[in-house]
Amino acid sequence: MSADASCRPAGDRAVLIELKDNDAVQQLAAGLEPRRGSELEEIVPGHETLLLVWPSAAPAIGKVEELVAAAAVAAEATAPAGEIELTVSYDGPDLEQVAASCGFSPEEVVARHLACRYRVGFIGFSPGFAYLLGGDAALQPPRLAEPRTRVPAGALAIAGPYSAVYPRSSPGGWNLIGSCDEQIFDPTQNPPALLTAGTVVRLVAK
Amino acid sequence: MSVAVEVVKPGALTTVQDLGRPGFAHLGIPRSGAADRSSLKLANRLVGNAEGAAALECTLIGPSLTFDGDAVIAITGAEVAARVNGEEVALNSAVNIPAGGLLELATTSTGLRNYIAVRGGLEAEPMMGSSSSDLLSGLGPAPLKAGQTIATGKPTGEVPAIGVAPVAPPADVPLLHVVAGPRADWFADDALALLAASSWEVSSDSNRSGVRLLGPELPRLRHDQLLSEGMAHGAIQVPASGQPIILLADHPTTGGYPVIAVVASADLDAGGQLRPGQKLRFALS
Repeated sequence: MSADASCRPAGDRAVLIELKDNDAVQQLAAGLEPRRGSELEEIVPGHETLLLVWPSAAPAIGKVEELVAAAAVAAEATAPAGEIELTVSYDGPDLEQVAASCGFSPEEVVARHLACRYRVGFIGFSPGFAYLLGGDAALQPPRLAEPRTRVPAGALAIAGPYSAVYPRSSPGGWNLIGSCDEQIFDPTQNPPALLTAGTVVRLVAK
Repeated sequence: MSVAVEVVKPGALTTVQDLGRPGFAHLGIPRSGAADRSSLKLANRLVGNAEGAAALECTLIGPSLTFDGDAVIAITGAEVAARVNGEEVALNSAVNIPAGGLLELATTSTGLRNYIAVRGGLEAEPMMGSSSSDLLSGLGPAPLKAGQTIATGKPTGEVPAIGVAPVAPPADVPLLHVVAGPRADWFADDALALLAASSWEVSSDSNRSGVRLLGPELPRLRHDQLLSEGMAHGAIQVPASGQPIILLADHPTTGGYPVIAVVASADLDAGGQLRPGQKLRFALS
């Protein structure tokens, strides 16, 4: 097992693996994916961690370390995740506020936001809610002091190092800078989520 | 033969549950399913269903239901008074309901959740392999409403000859065993001991996603922001307030609060029976 990974017990059925960065998370998740549904019940990427859940008792930590080492080798042969283009409009109610707080004009925020090549780091918060990593380092507004009780589906939002498109209407504390018409989550489709961990995302202005 | 179950009164919160939809946590979808899985399985076994057939999960105040044909049901879980056409019936046993019969569940006296399995199982449109109502994600059937009807499916097995299961009711002060970690090192040295030594009260601000606990503040050692990471069922998250939250069936799949310990699998069902206002204790395993 890589010296950059460490295993922490997360109850009697799960182990949390800490990795050096999100690239390592994606690589290990890809290497373990063939085992999901049989040996493993869940493989849950986080920002710099991977949670593995077994259907019954988790193996001893030493065995998990062996599994991680084997999967890291297997991952090198794995095909890279797909790439997707999302058409967005920069018409969000918080765009001016974000521009002011980051010291840019709204036009410059849009240009900087469009210029980045994003990748889905992990999914969380609600079904299909993809945390996009790879944003502009100068464009990291804090979360809203007071979360909205309702953010519309399709809202393009940023907070700290993350960008995201809200898959459905929900409460939310991120800065809304735009919107996207693409359906991000549809439980009747297979897969139900348009964006999955590792997917490269390019934004295109409408 | 299929029977239509009509909802006369839905109770406080009655949902359709089975054993959930595992395998989608990486898409932000929790497993969901019965909060007390062993009670759901028992109810189904008592009426000759597959263990994971769709049944009703009732919360605190139970529903009133009528059946348009002869039905066999079983009620498991919390202690509750249940009546068929006004006559009290036993919990944890197969109960015959005549055509037109009225089943009424009162308010639970110990524990929080009851399961009502109907022979043949409930017909509810599966979504991603499960008919469970996931209230966090908005997947699966909506909670029951007065006036709606639910059909039962075809029986798949025989009703067992022994129709009564001896079951201990939920404990007044349950003891939940926990495994330390994965982020116990984010807390002061005595925080785990404090978790185990204290009596905790279940907050009324609890639901199928999580049980909020009231008690002493668990002191943090690290105050920086944890990057979001995957959360296990039963994880005891500690937000900045220091007041822990036990994650239940509809829990968010990732979270940014450190987890001091995780409830042992064997005690997760007891976690699903925790009732606002009651006390509980933890033991380190």
